[in-house]
Amino acid sequence: MPRVTHVQTTINGEEVNFLCEPRQSLLECLRDVVGMTGTKEGCNDGNCGACTVIFDGRIVDSCLVLGVEAQGKDITTIEGLASPEGLHPLQQSFLEQAALQCGICTPGFIVAAKGLLDQEPDVDEGRVRHWLAGNLCRCTGYDKIVRAVLDASQKMK
Amino acid sequence: MVSNPSEANVVLSEVEFDVVGKRPIRPDGVDKVTGRAQYGADLSLAGLLHGKVLRSPHAHARIKSIDTSKAEAHPGVKAVITSKDLPFASLSKKDLGGDYMRLKFASDHVLASDKVLYKGHSVAAVAANNPHVAEEAINLISVVYEELPPVLDVLDAMRDDAQLLHEDLHTTGLGETSEKPSNIAAHLRYEKGDAANGFAAADVVVEREFRTAAVHQGYIEPHNGTAFWNTDGQLSVWTSTQGAFAVRSSVADVLRQPVSKVKVTPMEIGGGFGGKITAYLDTIASLLSQKSGAPVKLVMSRTDVFEATGPAPATWMKVKIGATKEGKFTAVQANLAFEAGAYPGSPVMQGMLCAFGCYDVENGLLDGYDVVVNKPKTAAYRAPGAPQAAFAVESVVDDLASQLAIDPIEIRLLNVAKEGTRRIEGPVANRIGLVECLETARNHPHYKSELGSGSRGRGVACGYWMNRSFNSSVSMTVNYDGVVSLIMGSVDIGGTRASIAQQTAETLGIAYEDVKPTVVDTDSIGYTFITGGSRTSFATGWAAIEAAEEVKVRMIARAARIWDTPEDNVEYDKGVIQHKSDPELRMTFKELARQLASTGGSIAGSANVEPAGEGNGYAVHLVDVEVDAETGKTDILRFTAVQDAGKAVHPSYVEGQMQGGAVQGVGWALNEEYFFNDRGQMMNSSFLDYRMPTSLDLPMIDTVIVEVANPGHPYGVRGVGEVAIVPPMAAIANAVRGAAGVRIDSLPMTPGKILDALEEKGK
Repeated sequence: MPRVTHVQTTINGEEVNFLCEPRQSLLECLRDVVGMTGTKEGCNDGNCGACTVIFDGRIVDSCLVLGVEAQGKDITTIEGLASPEGLHPLQQSFLEQAALQCGICTPGFIVAAKGLLDQEPDVDEGRVRHWLAGNLCRCTGYDKIVRAVLDASQKMK
Repeated sequence: MVSNPSEANVVLSEVEFDVVGKRPIRPDGVDKVTGRAQYGADLSLAGLLHGKVLRSPHAHARIKSIDTSKAEAHPGVKAVITSKDLPFASLSKKDLGGDYMRLKFASDHVLASDKVLYKGHSVAAVAANNPHVAEEAINLISVVYEELPPVLDVLDAMRDDAQLLHEDLHTTGLGETSEKPSNIAAHLRYEKGDAANGFAAADVVVEREFRTAAVHQGYIEPHNGTAFWNTDGQLSVWTSTQGAFAVRSSVADVLRQPVSKVKVTPMEIGGGFGGKITAYLDTIASLLSQKSGAPVKLVMSRTDVFEATGPAPATWMKVKIGATKEGKFTAVQANLAFEAGAYPGSPVMQGMLCAFGCYDVENGLLDGYDVVVNKPKTAAYRAPGAPQAAFAVESVVDDLASQLAIDPIEIRLLNVAKEGTRRIEGPVANRIGLVECLETARNHPHYKSELGSGSRGRGVACGYWMNRSFNSSVSMTVNYDGVVSLIMGSVDIGGTRASIAQQTAETLGIAYEDVKPTVVDTDSIGYTFITGGSRTSFATGWAAIEAAEEVKVRMIARAARIWDTPEDNVEYDKGVIQHKSDPELRMTFKELARQLASTGGSIAGSANVEPAGEGNGYAVHLVDVEVDAETGKTDILRFTAVQDAGKAVHPSYVEGQMQGGAVQGVGWALNEEYFFNDRGQMMNSSFLDYRMPTSLDLPMIDTVIVEVANPGHPYGVRGVGEVAIVPPMAAIANAVRGAAGVRIDSLPMTPGKILDALEEKGK
């Protein structure tokens, strides 16, 4: 068995420690080691965006990041968006705008959209479509997803 | 390109209800936006092992030997299996009789025995204490193959001298079975009137040949399956499927177990579109669990999903239509040859049923061929068979319209199928809404708008899907707080918990929020057919209505008992139970629910139905494109989808089906294809190279829901999921013809094909 490394990181504002093998991706560590399965695997090669997390302020495909690279980083996953007071405006808009069907791509889209709105509160349709081009959805044709992100951006102002 | 909201997403409603037709938030929504929903791959069990499958590198080869000894000795490996571990290995032709071929195909599709028939065909599997160790172990399995020439094209496969996939497969069809073995598994024919006479009477005849490439459903969640075969013989399976009962019968069949020994729990499903009906991993997980004594989970890689699960078939088609100079069809004919993949069972019959489903034709002749080739066994994909057939037929209709200088919507209206139309295969249409859809498209601002400058074109096409019914079971219980627990066997892919809860609430006259739906395992509800065929909101909705009617009868009986009056004196109206002549005696549903505990206990209702009245689905799509003459690239500028939903139970989810189907069609039309090398190896088995549309490739998809009530459903509901993918390929091809002046008769319409056609035209 390969040697495991101790990783100390911050996930959704909490310090988290885990052990991982050098060959394990951050996605695998989140899902199988830490037990946070909200981040989804769709392709494991960086082409679908279902595993999107915010990594030190940038959105990344967690399947393309090694678990050991999480050392000392600040990570936000889908589990970190809602609070005891309620859902994040993006989550609420996705529900109200019927922006999900099967829901498997939804965590990735919501996290990616948060990455956008955190940096750019003012967005238009073109900007949203460009930003979300790294996330695949096969159910919706993107129409309602784009509307939900635009709706959330209005609510967050 | 922001669409004008006044034009976007319109519902042309005929009837209003209290709950049906509204847009409530789905019951499973919060879990799906917070990441709490449990999909198959999210499952964890104590002592869980992880499995991996060894797959064939060859498209066609004989298996000479398999040596698993090194894998078995690898530290951490708990079980290794091959086809020898399947019951089929120890059954003889004599034991199985007429069932031999069917079970051989089913077993070999799980784990190949004598031959591998496509690259990606499963050959062996390993369970280990972690997925990386399992991966290491499958690479230690040594298989000796004798390569055979692969059969990679439907027309090549049909030749008399073609290499055979199955030495004992014979063609069935037209009442006969061929003497010689063949790659043609079936030849089907439907006929109405006299096509030859009809063509002789035509002023114009257009005949063209078409090709379409294999495409994948492209669901984002890879297949997964987890099984635990307990020492008492009870087998539990957790999986991502469109039908828990379908998985139960497949697993029980191949493992030769009674169905009651197998319990299948459907996890949340991350997309299916027809591709998650076959049990690819569940049987393997079960055998690995039996051998290891532990629960085993398998999850496919994306490459495995492409190479080892069913795409929609590649096809060859020839379509011929004759018409008078006024545009009235005199005869139609289609020859469809569909690649089934490694085992028989392409949807060529559905392609035949749908080819001319939009038209009232007097004379028609349809021939269909189901052909095996060395590619993965095809699976259903949204309106299986219909999109390919519609691409061919609607392209020819467009050519006719253009030759006769008739507006493309007018020529369709002139020949349109309506109530009373007898289809070529026999059935007569009930009240259907294609006329209304075509008229809506003709009157839509999109159809009247200017195209603007540049090489732009506008295309129109219509589509038909028969819609399905089949068996559904529902049960429901009235809780003492008045909330109804709704239990169903239909897996929820795109919002059916909501649409069935709405129909329940409507029937009971209570609030949507007072119905709590749950999808359960195969031990907890009666048999329910798959979520597919655009049947769930229709048939499971019907079951819910019937179960709710039973609840109403029992609520009336309970009120009568409480009021000490005959049941005939009590009526139930919109959630209020009242005495017919004494206005003092009146209770709401909730008030009566609170009294249930002290007056005889809870009330339940259940129903198992197979309703006959599924109403046919019709759609019309309008699309504007721009073709770049230098690069051959096609951009979608504007898209409007019009569809008859009967009654849209949840208009937002109906719009979502229309938009999703349209965009899958955009991918099928322009980008998507299985690209094989001459050895039958798929060369683009990743989302990078198999390019599905992204948000950046598309405009908003405007929708118009037309509601022509289905007389075969209490609330007029028709299935909506599938017909949305039928028109787009032809609509886009027709738009490309308008934009670039070239008819592209093969899918996908890649920039290369368009450039070749432009060059040919310029000669």
